[in-house]
Amino acid sequence: MITAERKPFDEIIELVGDKKKVLVAGCDTCVAICLTGGEKEAEILASELRIKAEQDGREVEVEHTAAIRQCEWEYLDMIAEKVEAADVVLSLACGIGIQSLAEKFAPKLVMPAVNTNMLGMPQEHAVWLERCVACGECRIGLTGAICPVVRCSKSLMNGPCGGSHDGLCEVTGPDKEEIECAWALIWERLKAQGREELMFTERPPKNWSKSSSGGPRKMVREEAKPV
Amino acid sequence: MADTEVKAADAAVAAPEEPPKKPVDPGFEPEIIVFACHYCAYAAADLAGSMRLQYPSNIRMIKLPCTGKLEVIHLLRAIEAGADGVYAAGCMEGECHYLKGNLWARKRVDHVKHLLAELGIEPERVEMYNMSSAMGAKFAEVATEFTERIKQLGPNPVRRDGVSPHAAAREALGGVAMPDEAESAAAATVQEGHAE
Repeated sequence: MITAERKPFDEIIELVGDKKKVLVAGCDTCVAICLTGGEKEAEILASELRIKAEQDGREVEVEHTAAIRQCEWEYLDMIAEKVEAADVVLSLACGIGIQSLAEKFAPKLVMPAVNTNMLGMPQEHAVWLERCVACGECRIGLTGAICPVVRCSKSLMNGPCGGSHDGLCEVTGPDKEEIECAWALIWERLKAQGREELMFTERPPKNWSKSSSGGPRKMVREEAKPV
Repeated sequence: MADTEVKAADAAVAAPEEPPKKPVDPGFEPEIIVFACHYCAYAAADLAGSMRLQYPSNIRMIKLPCTGKLEVIHLLRAIEAGADGVYAAGCMEGECHYLKGNLWARKRVDHVKHLLAELGIEPERVEMYNMSSAMGAKFAEVATEFTERIKQLGPNPVRRDGVSPHAAAREALGGVAMPDEAESAAAATVQEGHAE
């Protein structure tokens, strides 16, 4: 799922500025599952903003709401009234949701209250690990369903580098935690599947033009378009 | 200039920069909300009463089936409505009737402390305590100690005239808050299966 982290409170305050009517808009899909931007979290942020305004002696009206999905026009209709009434909307959705909301109600002032950080998998309750970067050409069929683009620190496509030791990467994570070497994991997985030969098979270079560096991507499914 | 004179001059310059210590207002009576677990703290309060123990009348209790039902927003709502202090009182660790409710409550209280710090409000205004139903004396002791702490801190910077923090916290909890016997003995019997 898409994961996001709430921005520091001071940054949010700066984004709201001196606006008098604030709507905190949560999204009840991905960001609700990662406990960052669902209705509950929208209510908490709204309460914090009211406390802050009260402390500063400013008259600010703060409300909260949540769309089932902020990234779809239909669901945005359901919160239209509240959005229209606000001077600024603080969205707790992922980057897609925030932009959809801003586009739907343009030129309404819409601000992000979160940093969207990854496409992650919940490893355990309240811990998410990055598993995909939406590179546009999936090659994990050749790598035992372990993605070297995201899980190898160098995104190497043809085996490990010299920094792989005892199954661990020479790079450590943000909290100095050990990172497993993706290629060691791939090797073990392929061995368990009896497909080690894939490590020695020549594979065509990956087509990076399908990734995000060539401008915004677009997907059209002609057969699914309404007639 | 002698050493002592230099020090005295330094002190005179440095003194105004120190933050002035907030004087404790002797007339300040804080309003404190207590989220009490039905299985321990609420019973301990009963016991404290039976034992004729004295504790400050500043605390207003809300009974919960377990402190695990307490969420971040419930504590925040009480602060937002002007409560000077808020604490949760759950079972001893390892003795929660629902196994881990009190451990969840502690984590949530800690998170609220973090949110308050972000807002520039003293995190000490919220706390988590553990006690068993047999600890009437501990209940009175905690109530006294916490009230004293809040008196030292002074009033919540968020003041809302005409808003009752107790009512606001109860409203935020909705059906989660259990009826208070004193409030309505009749309502307590069957509501939401919380028969006494």
